[in-house]
Amino acid sequence: MRFETKLLHNGNEVDEHTGAASIPIYQASTYHRFQVEAQGEFEYARGGNPTRNALEDTIAKLEQGTAGFAFASGMAAISTAFLLFSPGDHLVVSQDVYGGTYRALTSIFSRLGIEVSFVDTTNLHEVEQAIQKNTKAICVETPSNPILKVTDLKGIVQIAKQYHLKTIIDNTFMTPVYQNPISLGFDIVIHSATKFIGGHSDVLAGLVVIKDRGLAAQFRQLHVALGAVLGVQDCWLLLRGLKTLHTRMITSTRSAQKIAEWLQEQPEVKSVYYTGLPNHPGHHLQEKQASGHGAVVSFDLGSRKKAFEFMNRLTLPLVAVSLGAVESILSYPAQMSHASMPKEIREQHGITDGLLRLSVGLEHVEDLIKDISQALQSRKTYSL
Amino acid sequence: MHIESVLTQIGSKKEKKTGAINYPVYFATTYEHVGLGESTGYDYSRTSNPTRDVLEDAIAELEEGDAGFACSSGMAAIQTVLGLFSRGDHLIVSLDLYGGSYRLFEQIMTRFGLSFTYVDLRDPSNVVQAIHSKTRAIFVETPTNPLMRVIDLSMISEFAQKHNLLHIVDNTFMTPYLQKPIRWGADIVLHSGTKYLGGHNDVLAGLIVTKGTELSEKVSFLHNSIGAVLSPLDAWLLIRGMKTLALRMEKHQENAYQLAEFLRSHPEVDQVFYPVFSGEKDIQQKQAQGFGGMLSFRVKEGRRIASILERLQLIAFAESLGGVESLITYPATQTHADIPEKVRKEIGVCDRLLRLSVGIEHVEDLQKDLDQALKGGS
Repeated sequence: MRFETKLLHNGNEVDEHTGAASIPIYQASTYHRFQVEAQGEFEYARGGNPTRNALEDTIAKLEQGTAGFAFASGMAAISTAFLLFSPGDHLVVSQDVYGGTYRALTSIFSRLGIEVSFVDTTNLHEVEQAIQKNTKAICVETPSNPILKVTDLKGIVQIAKQYHLKTIIDNTFMTPVYQNPISLGFDIVIHSATKFIGGHSDVLAGLVVIKDRGLAAQFRQLHVALGAVLGVQDCWLLLRGLKTLHTRMITSTRSAQKIAEWLQEQPEVKSVYYTGLPNHPGHHLQEKQASGHGAVVSFDLGSRKKAFEFMNRLTLPLVAVSLGAVESILSYPAQMSHASMPKEIREQHGITDGLLRLSVGLEHVEDLIKDISQALQSRKTYSL
Repeated sequence: MHIESVLTQIGSKKEKKTGAINYPVYFATTYEHVGLGESTGYDYSRTSNPTRDVLEDAIAELEEGDAGFACSSGMAAIQTVLGLFSRGDHLIVSLDLYGGSYRLFEQIMTRFGLSFTYVDLRDPSNVVQAIHSKTRAIFVETPTNPLMRVIDLSMISEFAQKHNLLHIVDNTFMTPYLQKPIRWGADIVLHSGTKYLGGHNDVLAGLIVTKGTELSEKVSFLHNSIGAVLSPLDAWLLIRGMKTLALRMEKHQENAYQLAEFLRSHPEVDQVFYPVFSGEKDIQQKQAQGFGGMLSFRVKEGRRIASILERLQLIAFAESLGGVESLITYPATQTHADIPEKVRKEIGVCDRLLRLSVGIEHVEDLQKDLDQALKGGS
């Protein structure tokens, strides 16, 4: 079955009791035991809920894993995943990881004795060099946030196999529409489902998919015991969002490509980061391991002043944190998504004071380019 | 203002634009910035959300603390608070406590170098014995789950202050309607909001209230960074539930008192655990406004447990508590299943123990149901 079809027909689309074409919202915290001796499938909502199960099973199928887990936020998913490890364990992590992940690792998990090396995972040699005796996992984001550096997923899996490490990927930017890390050998896939999977700027959520049964069972214990589970209504909203995931991704990606190409032509723009541009260093690798380039384009206007002027003039996209929605969202990483990263580290990773990140939504691309053009006060006349 | 009025008025007059009496559910995950560096006070929903704010402010006010935090479950709230501690830190904990807390402490947090000593907190000498140089906090449930032992909160607080320990209280069983631990010196109050605060067996939620600016800031950082926050709709459902908290609690405890009396004189019942009948009745009366809606009882014959549970018509056999519907739980295999059998039996959570969360049905119907189930087949 092709992906578009699987989004709509995966065994979780019909309520088996009534035939209802949408899974009901089971807003129950506990479940009656009809037979005292036999524990039913559902006991207490933290342990399992039919609506949440439908979502978890759907994402597991879409990511080709054995089990899915829904969380209260992307950070709740990431925090729970890190608790798979123990004090003294060491992780190798992409250096330009999401600021919230960086903050959790350096200010909370470090206190619990989990050690981290942040490396440029696009350089496999650097990854291998960072491996220590106590290294337990490699965690990557690709394309990275916000400057879209591409990490070789097969290469990472090969290294991990050699050193018996777990592999973890944040697949938020790509979604299973474009990239299936489990099929390339990854053990754990994480999503901030607040982004493309929900897609409507109306749900805060995280998802995890695990490749193997054994690890899934271990992870299930943490999910239930720590209890950072997703609310039922939010599970339903994600199921609803998933139905249009493919069409949304395709449309936004098409627009992102056009916008990136257009930005590249503008003298006011210092640099454009988008893997769909043939001159992007990760372009070929991206085409090899993913089936699309996604909806996020970053570009550098050279200075904080120019970035601010641009944002103030822009009318259509929301100026806000977050991404992956039907509405276009423009962010200023230095003060938003990566504000919790120290300035010198941030700049080392190209997250300069002139950098802007545009998450391209579903508005007509001509309207977006027109708006960007007037905000840039571009000397070039607008044409597509 | 009386607590009944505070509860009823949660969220009203807060929506300035339309005057809507009932505060709206803000589903938005992100908030537009009018200009750079010009936030409306809301940036990203994990950090803060207007609907969640109403709930968080309300619980902080009700518990007389400085800040409130809403989490996706009671366990998520406890996990967030445990983020305050570092490797090597030690906590002193109530002897009989919720099995989920025990599981989190023993199966997960010990792996990260935290250690826990479980003592009968009714006896101050036990606390003195358990403390050492790495002790950082005392974690109290009162009345305890499921044996309804009452812990003297001001005694614990005095001790905590003297030794510079955080005093953490799980106030799920009492709610701020009956007990306000911060008045007795607690630094942090926790709730499984799933229980009485939500009150309808339909929301999974946890709440944290902190006292003091520094502590509130630390917990706020953890709440946002760990991200186990409560969804806006669930925050709204909790607010909705809390509006009737006072009425429900009165009815819960009126029914519980009558059922406790009834069970005490029942031939099939060996022992009833309800704070009225405990040696700590006076402490309960000092620190709380009532005895609550939870009771446990030991039946005479353990082998009859299954048939008793099967015979119950009205009372549902399910985990959880604090809802309008009565629920009965078998701690040995449900709520406290994660506690090793030996430990469980030592603390008194034996195989003859049942825990009853008394709902707001008519008490005669509940009594009849219990009576026929207890007598049946005997």
